[in-house]
Amino acid sequence: MEILIDIKDTITVQEALDFIQSPACGGEVIFAGTVRNHTKQRPVLKLFYECYEAMAISEMQKIATQVQERWDIQKLVMLHAVGDKYPGDIAVVIAVAAAHRGIAFDACEYIIDTLKETVPIWKKEFFADGEIA
Amino acid sequence: MGILLFGVAKDIIGVALLEKPAQVRDVASLKAWLYEAYPGLRQLKSMMIAVNRTYAADSQVINEQDEVAVIPPVSGG
Repeated sequence: MEILIDIKDTITVQEALDFIQSPACGGEVIFAGTVRNHTKQRPVLKLFYECYEAMAISEMQKIATQVQERWDIQKLVMLHAVGDKYPGDIAVVIAVAAAHRGIAFDACEYIIDTLKETVPIWKKEFFADGEIA
Repeated sequence: MGILLFGVAKDIIGVALLEKPAQVRDVASLKAWLYEAYPGLRQLKSMMIAVNRTYAADSQVINEQDEVAVIPPVSGG
């Protein structure tokens, strides 16, 4: 399995797509997590993401290893953005390529669910009413 | 080595790096000291400790050269 893991200011779906291109794969699944302009009906101006980078990369690598043990995935991408992010901006991209679509969907969902539970990245929400949470 | 702070734990304590007191020898005693010195941490839903970039159990020993970090509930994605 080929793996691309990165944490940086700006991430794109295109770089994930480019990485997972493979003539051996017939199923490519991409998840993009973007910044919503509201949380529980309160308008959100922006999010700020910070991370414990060395550990975050290490935890992302652990997820990749789990995926490799469980499914026959050919290519895997995990990208996370940090810094100020505004509504519509991309915060996270997960992409997987496999011979067939079924396991690609399963692996992609497992990766984003696990990332949200274990990878040391934190978001701060800046609301339009001035509150920061 | 100091103790790295992130997210809301950093906001509660007010700094990004803390000196480790000499009496802190393992994860359990680090947590006890943090809750005592910074009661605001008790409002966190969870507080994990990472030793050398790995989530650590309460029984894990902390050595002087270890990289130690306080991990409040994560919220990536």
